[in-house]
Amino acid sequence: MSQKIKIIERDEVVIRFSGDSGDGMQLTGTQFSDTSALFGNDVATFPDYPAEIRAPQGTVGGVSGFQLHFGHMEVNTPGDFADVLVAMNPAALKANLKWVKPSGTIIVNEDSFTERGFEKAGYDSNPLEDEKLADYNLIKARVTSLTKECLKDSGLDQKSILRSKNMFTLGMVYWMFDRPLEHTEEFITNKFKKYPLVVEGNKMVLRAGFNFAKTIEALPYNFSVAPAKIKKGTYRNITGNKATAWGLIAAAEKAGLELFCGSYPITPATEILQELAARKDLGVKTFQAEDEIAGICTSIGASFAGNFAVTTTSGPGLALKTEAAGLAVMTELPLVIVNVQRGGPSTGLPTKTEQSDLMQAIHGRSGECPMPVIAASTPSNCFEYAFRAGKIALEHMTPVILLTDGFIANGAEPWRIPKMSDLSTINVPLAKEGDDYQPYARDKEKLTRKWAVPGTKGLEHRIGGLEKMDVTGTVSYVPENHQVMTDIRSERIRRVANFIPDLPVKGNDEADVLVVGWGGTYGHLTTAVRELQADGKDIALAHFHYIFPLPKNTEEVLKRYKKVIICELNEGQFAEYLRASFQNIKFNQYNKLQGLPFTVMELKERFNQLLEEK
Amino acid sequence: MIDTILKPLSPEKLTPRDFKSDQEVKWCPGCGDHGVLISVQKAMAAMDLPKEMFAVISGIGCSSRFPYYMDTYGFHTIHGRAAAIASGVKSANPDLEILQVSGDGDALAIGGNHFIHAIRRNIDMTILLFNNEIYGLTKGQYSPTSKQGMVTKTSPFGTIEQPFHPAELALGAQSKFYARSIDTNIKLTTELILSGSKHRGTSIIEILQNCVIYNDGAHTLITDKETKHDFQLILRHGERMIFGKEKNKGLVLGGNGKLIVVTIGKFGIAEQDILIHDAHNPDPHMAWLLSNMSAPEYPVALGVIRDVAALSYEEKMVQQIKDVQATATIKCMDDLLNSGDTWEVK
Repeated sequence: MSQKIKIIERDEVVIRFSGDSGDGMQLTGTQFSDTSALFGNDVATFPDYPAEIRAPQGTVGGVSGFQLHFGHMEVNTPGDFADVLVAMNPAALKANLKWVKPSGTIIVNEDSFTERGFEKAGYDSNPLEDEKLADYNLIKARVTSLTKECLKDSGLDQKSILRSKNMFTLGMVYWMFDRPLEHTEEFITNKFKKYPLVVEGNKMVLRAGFNFAKTIEALPYNFSVAPAKIKKGTYRNITGNKATAWGLIAAAEKAGLELFCGSYPITPATEILQELAARKDLGVKTFQAEDEIAGICTSIGASFAGNFAVTTTSGPGLALKTEAAGLAVMTELPLVIVNVQRGGPSTGLPTKTEQSDLMQAIHGRSGECPMPVIAASTPSNCFEYAFRAGKIALEHMTPVILLTDGFIANGAEPWRIPKMSDLSTINVPLAKEGDDYQPYARDKEKLTRKWAVPGTKGLEHRIGGLEKMDVTGTVSYVPENHQVMTDIRSERIRRVANFIPDLPVKGNDEADVLVVGWGGTYGHLTTAVRELQADGKDIALAHFHYIFPLPKNTEEVLKRYKKVIICELNEGQFAEYLRASFQNIKFNQYNKLQGLPFTVMELKERFNQLLEEK
Repeated sequence: MIDTILKPLSPEKLTPRDFKSDQEVKWCPGCGDHGVLISVQKAMAAMDLPKEMFAVISGIGCSSRFPYYMDTYGFHTIHGRAAAIASGVKSANPDLEILQVSGDGDALAIGGNHFIHAIRRNIDMTILLFNNEIYGLTKGQYSPTSKQGMVTKTSPFGTIEQPFHPAELALGAQSKFYARSIDTNIKLTTELILSGSKHRGTSIIEILQNCVIYNDGAHTLITDKETKHDFQLILRHGERMIFGKEKNKGLVLGGNGKLIVVTIGKFGIAEQDILIHDAHNPDPHMAWLLSNMSAPEYPVALGVIRDVAALSYEEKMVQQIKDVQATATIKCMDDLLNSGDTWEVK
């Protein structure tokens, strides 16, 4: 066995695991990112999987990928291109070769490179013999046969043996990046504790992969990525969907209310409902409704009855919830509607990311129907913005739309765990027994009505979707009253702007170019801007989390810059919205609709072009 | 063991008048809804619950204006969604007494999905289903219960659709409580609302209601003084299924599994041959036969057709949370935040 070979220090590395959707690539990727996070690296991940649970084996359509980026510097994106690609079959190679850096390392499971494999993937001949691969460090490993060999006496059945082959590649990659196996071994022990044979088998294969890479010296050197210099504290890895669920629970706890979530499963939002359903220990009530409409309607009912109510969905589901969202606006009941955006229209690209529900969120309802819209921008700050959505909903007695997207919802990153005592208070405007209650009498500052919860003696009242008489809340068809009520509904949401922070800018006040983004593109935009700033370019970034109403300093910030470019994963919805709000400012656009996040490379290219334009 | 959710008793005796709101009732003169409103107010006063524990939830339609006329908590929601909204209200606060009001269009057309799923889950609420076989508020279009061939504004040549029998739909969704009354029979309707309230789970009370403007006389055979005794059978648990002006008609089960109308004293039929109503029978077969009877071949079954005990959704929900919490290590948000894999950066 060879001695420990040369170690090369790297600032950051990107790895992409890919295989059939049944090959366990999501699990493999998650294990590597957890191990790296525990090691102290900053990490960002990007699961990229097909909508079909098990698309035809071996085809390009069935390829599931998991990309992760770790480093000892701040990591904000899963990386544009991979240093290492793991391809479990020819289809995975075909689908992902374009994402590998020139001269990067490609590990293939050689056993799957058969005539039949080429055919399914749409190759005419063996791609491993193609000279295109000559520029890469190609590692051919007989992963399937080595796994079988390793487990031949394990007592496991053939199916279980084949299932453990992902652990072989994980072991190989662990060796290449000098990572310990303990975390994954512990994970395996816990996950399969009812099946001791499976535990032993998976651990053996993991070590076999590690030793195999060491023996063949998979690389002439192995990489080391030092821990990142990050703020002191207790950390954990968290996905955007889990962080959203937790932010909602935190808001309920702060407000002293029970949390109710009426929802219907829809990709990529389902994990929020699942996480909430698992939180009976914290008293969370989840109601898996018969459809999207019942999802929001049960939540509106729960809100009427005094719970902190939320509903979770994705674009097509938000469309179905529209009419009921209008009822929540009319009855001025608190409610958080989470929309994890995906590629549209219609069923569109369920597992891919996009930001094309912005206009639907701001305007997509019948009548004049304003409600606050806010957007989270990273997996971990889904917690913060879910909490803030809850705070706005409860304190301003209004439905709030929280926008996230498939990219940040499924992505994970290390997160410095907050303390509940550090979160702001939530003051709920509840009416109390003995109050001289008028359903639509208002607080002067926020213009909110009071929440009189059924069960409170003496506050019996009726609300509904018909226009309300100002103050009394009885049904009214008086023309002038409709004007008054429409104006109040508009003004009270505008006043939310008095309670949100100013828009921050990263960079100089007089920079040549201001980059503008919102929501889940934050990581890529901030990386592109930071890298250009490091190159000496005068460029700044303003990233929005509050969409409606906008922060009060928005106009002042935007008009400071000669060139403003709005980047979003849609055809320019935020740009249109800003144009309508600030007609004297010229906005450039950069848009992309491929179901994928931006790449830092393409952003820098576009920004450089704009910097050079006279 | 599931704890029964105890409702606090009203400290003061309430009267039907206490449930009247200050709003002017705007249904058409002669509309069947007026009688149902009186029945509800009487039933609520008889329930011995504090007024603040009642919530009346409705959808859209003539009957859905109901909450405005009740001095209770009330929510006039959107078309078809009352059952879903009421499900949320009850889950959020299982102590509340929920009355959900819908018409045949609201509950069976646009809200059909929520209607069947509320029943399937067995959420503890009473649903009053006003069945007038027409759309009234939109001024006279056929509904999912309109008889085939009926001429309406949207079926000028007669409808070609077969109607729903609401009871079949409810039984198909595993309804545990199904009762039927007619708008003019305030005594029976009041009694059924009280039974429905006592039943733990979704109680459906179908009310054959007359729309004087767009479908007057839809239920005439059952309501007309001359004919009603021969065309209505008021079922009571444990009693024989006897009806008719002379109290001499009854139901027996034929060899082909069908109900047969017989006359006591004819062809050797004696009173003891007549079927005894068992509302508590878990097998829905007889409830199916009884609820599907229609005039003139049969009398229409009124009263409590089916009343089978089962746990309600929210009883199970509350218990599940209690059970999980009894052994949980995560007791608050800080515990959750720090659970699982975490690491220190120093």
